Amino acid sequence: MTLRYSHNSDRLTWRGEAKTSPIRSRTKKRMELVSSFIRIRPRMADEVILLDFWPSPFGVRARIALREKGVEFEYREENLRDKSPLLLQMNPVHKKIPVLIHNGKPVCESMNVVQYIDEVWSDKKNPLLPSDPYQRAQARFWVDFIDTKVYEPADKIWSTKGEVQEKAKKEYIEALKILESELGNKPYFGGDNFGFIDIAMTGYYMWFEASEKCGNFSIEPECPTLMASAKRCLQRDSVVNSVPDPEKIVEFAFKIRKIYCV
Amino acid sequence: MAEEVILLDFWASMFGMRTRIALEEKKVKFDYREQDLWNKGSLLLEMNPIHKKIPVLIHNGKPVCESLIQVEYIDETWPGENPFLPSDPYQRAHAKFWADFIDKKVNVTARRIWAIKGEEKEASKELIDIFKTLEAELGDKHYFGGETFGYVDIALIGFYSWFGVYNKFGNMRIETECPTLTAWAQRCLKRESVAKTLPESEKVTTFISQRLGVE
Repeated sequence: MTLRYSHNSDRLTWRGEAKTSPIRSRTKKRMELVSSFIRIRPRMADEVILLDFWPSPFGVRARIALREKGVEFEYREENLRDKSPLLLQMNPVHKKIPVLIHNGKPVCESMNVVQYIDEVWSDKKNPLLPSDPYQRAQARFWVDFIDTKVYEPADKIWSTKGEVQEKAKKEYIEALKILESELGNKPYFGGDNFGFIDIAMTGYYMWFEASEKCGNFSIEPECPTLMASAKRCLQRDSVVNSVPDPEKIVEFAFKIRKIYCV
Repeated sequence: MAEEVILLDFWASMFGMRTRIALEEKKVKFDYREQDLWNKGSLLLEMNPIHKKIPVLIHNGKPVCESLIQVEYIDETWPGENPFLPSDPYQRAHAKFWADFIDKKVNVTARRIWAIKGEEKEASKELIDIFKTLEAELGDKHYFGGETFGYVDIALIGFYSWFGVYNKFGNMRIETECPTLTAWAQRCLKRESVAKTLPESEKVTTFISQRLGVE
């Protein structure tokens, strides 16, 4: 019997036939137990790469989650007009960022990435999702609301003008007011702790100034409590280190408007 | 105290079917309440004021909305047998990716076949492409989850009862174009939870035809 490394399963496995004898089968059992705990990797443990785009409100979620957990990662900027072979290989279905590549294996879709980070590095501080199933369902509901009811009008504010943009501004503020009502008196959507919903919203918080300038309106008078929570989130270390300079986002937003908004 | 589980639903909804199947898989007793979507009841409007949509799962008076969120909630609340999601975080993320793909792509495209005049040809082609992508993901596995019926299977199977609608209005035969997916659906139908939940495809086709005033 010999111990061989299998590339397929990334494990040490037994190859060959064991002659039947109690001593050999005890040894075999011991080695199987040992091999099930050994992983041989071509690189150091926990290689974490994030394929991302700096102003993305979705990419920033993954950056924040990794930093909340204190996970070291390699950030790789993608040119969305000339996507890298790695991005196309790791997300062939959607070809979008962010993509988290953990020890060579890709995780796609921003809130999926955040949940994955929360589960893998669950021993670290700051659980991002509550442990109670009902509270978890509520957190997921609100993130789904954000990704439909906030995203769609926000996108139109950035990329349209005239009546279409006016309608989008109205829908955007309505959605933010609903969220503000859900927030209530809590410092964060997660209560006392910054969590899943706050991470989802921070992508939009970082775009507030750009949205206001694109749409020529002001969010704070409409949603003062939400704005207060936004400022709180934007001050967290994980967020400060993840979010670009708001001026740069405004500059980027106007560049995009020149292309889409003739 | 006994569990009170109520499901506000509509018989033909492929989203409601997900929740029904999940509850049946876990052998949870529930009170199914058929909703009139053209005259929504006060309980539905109270329990889902944001979207006013079915399905709504009401567990001991507290509502859970959005079908995939309900499936995950059911899996976490009644862990017991048949976990829908794997325990490994990477496998879980993989399952959620494909359920999200189904949610983003299947209904939006399929609906165009029967609900928007003039789009049926293009939408049919796109739907077949989407199903072929799913077939590639399924491969030669018994279910999307491998040997066990799980989250992605639950997310997709309800659409099988609408194949008659898509075939009729799209002038195609999905079963011929996507035999692997069809075989998977037939395997799922052997499960009691699915057989009990999915309506006959003909019933759905008749319902949509009547709504559109078509033979």
